[in-house]
Amino acid sequence: MKVLVPVKRVIDYNVKVRVKSDNSDVDLANVKMALNPFCEISIEEAVQLKEKGIATEVIAVSMGPKVCQEQIRTSLALGADRGILVETDEQLQPLAIAKLLKAVVDREQPELVIVGKQSIDADNNQTGQMLGALTGMSQGTFACNLDIADGKARVTREVDGGLQTVLLDLPAIVTADLRLNEPRYASLPNIMKAKKKPMDILTPEELGVDITPRITTLKVEPPGERQAGIIVDSVEALVDKLKNEAKVI
Amino acid sequence: MSILVLAEHNNSELNQATLNTVAAAAAIGGDIAVLVAGHNCASVAEGAAKIAGVSKVLVADNAAYENMLAENVAALISEVGKDYGHILASATTSGKNILPRAAALLDVAQISEIIEVVSSDTFKRPVYAGNAVATVQSSDPIKVITVRGTAYDAVAAEGGSAVIEAVDVVTDAGISVFEKEELVKSDRPELTAAKIVISGGRGMQNGDNFEHLYKVADILGAAVGASRAAVDAGFVPNDMQVGQTGKIVAPELYIAVGISGAIQHLAGMKDSKVIVAINKDEEAPIFQVADYGLVADLFKVLPEFEELIQK
Repeated sequence: MKVLVPVKRVIDYNVKVRVKSDNSDVDLANVKMALNPFCEISIEEAVQLKEKGIATEVIAVSMGPKVCQEQIRTSLALGADRGILVETDEQLQPLAIAKLLKAVVDREQPELVIVGKQSIDADNNQTGQMLGALTGMSQGTFACNLDIADGKARVTREVDGGLQTVLLDLPAIVTADLRLNEPRYASLPNIMKAKKKPMDILTPEELGVDITPRITTLKVEPPGERQAGIIVDSVEALVDKLKNEAKVI
Repeated sequence: MSILVLAEHNNSELNQATLNTVAAAAAIGGDIAVLVAGHNCASVAEGAAKIAGVSKVLVADNAAYENMLAENVAALISEVGKDYGHILASATTSGKNILPRAAALLDVAQISEIIEVVSSDTFKRPVYAGNAVATVQSSDPIKVITVRGTAYDAVAAEGGSAVIEAVDVVTDAGISVFEKEELVKSDRPELTAAKIVISGGRGMQNGDNFEHLYKVADILGAAVGASRAAVDAGFVPNDMQVGQTGKIVAPELYIAVGISGAIQHLAGMKDSKVIVAINKDEEAPIFQVADYGLVADLFKVLPEFEELIQK
């Protein structure tokens, strides 16, 4: 079974984001970039499927400028077999990404796509579901468990009230939540090996996909900051403040 | 142009989140229709018809929609929603599951988790875990939007008298099956709707110690939440997680106990009206957003707190 794993280059999750002074965007100059944490989990799940003998090949695909090759190399070091970069310097939005992925799915014919449930930059949480619509594949979003058996995918999903289990026909799209697995670290030998793994470079034009943005960002502002309040010295003082000052209990 | 709002429900009752989403629809302005997709869901449709400001309720009652499977419901929305200017759903796990699929079927973008309507095509939404707020404008003919419930006060559940119309479109993709749901039963209020939330973090040390929080919660009528660290450590189930990738809450009072205050957690609670932090580490970032901080051992604080609030 071929597994396709879309991965995204994002700001490292430890970095404190700052808004540019002209309010055009957040400042990403000289900021550490990394593989989106949910994409790491997706790669790990695919690699585990390969280790169990269920997956035969794991393909990591990313889209964006040339530097996204770094995140594909990271994915290869974590155990993916080969990479695909759809290279463009244009801004990509989820619908365009889903369309590019659909074109890659048409070429590669994977039986399973594992994608992170959201990226920690734009926080959209859309790409997997949109790819489901465009390919007609079934979808198991916010997955915390995945079992492949008898040509089906059984996905346990994290939903608001608890957990939900769905049984999906293959090919299927699974979007990874935090607790699907614990990603491994890439070992040095694997990082070296990853440099020799194949990576195809494609373009949106070659794939025949219109990536025109549908949404324009007019401005980006810092959120309203909360001021730190006071430190109280006892539980009694705290309860008194809550009752008589804030009047919330 | 009219606005279509996807109702969130369990086939017998309407979920409160729908009322917040209708409030966002009212802020956009226009006729509001509510789509109830489900099975044997007549009582939900009747409830939706009473929501203040709703003029029409569309009911798609079919076994294919019973469990709100995205494959089936998104196809329904893309059929029913074609003639609307806006399609809205709550940014709950259900809305997030279904709506992007519907948007792509309509070949339009989705705007996720809006917190403000600037105009009928321009909206504000948090990005980077709430560390920035983007104002975005859509050029699509249909604006597909999920709404962050905490950003809007619920409209009145009573007072409206919308007409109810049956929709006979059946879109059963037949590629997915609902097997089971393990929902956590609790007498406490729902996290996202509670007026008071008390959350525990890694400092709680284990799941049994959450009992202290449950006791306080029951006295205050509060919901109990947790940080990602507490959930990852297995203290409590995932549905209690408050944060960027868990639930977003904005209660009157948020009490953070043994929570350090990682950016990802703050993203889920910093819009609370009053924040209390109880932590023995005075350097913990949670104190920077707290109105009242208490630097102390939570195991000493909680029993005393419990006693004093009962007085």
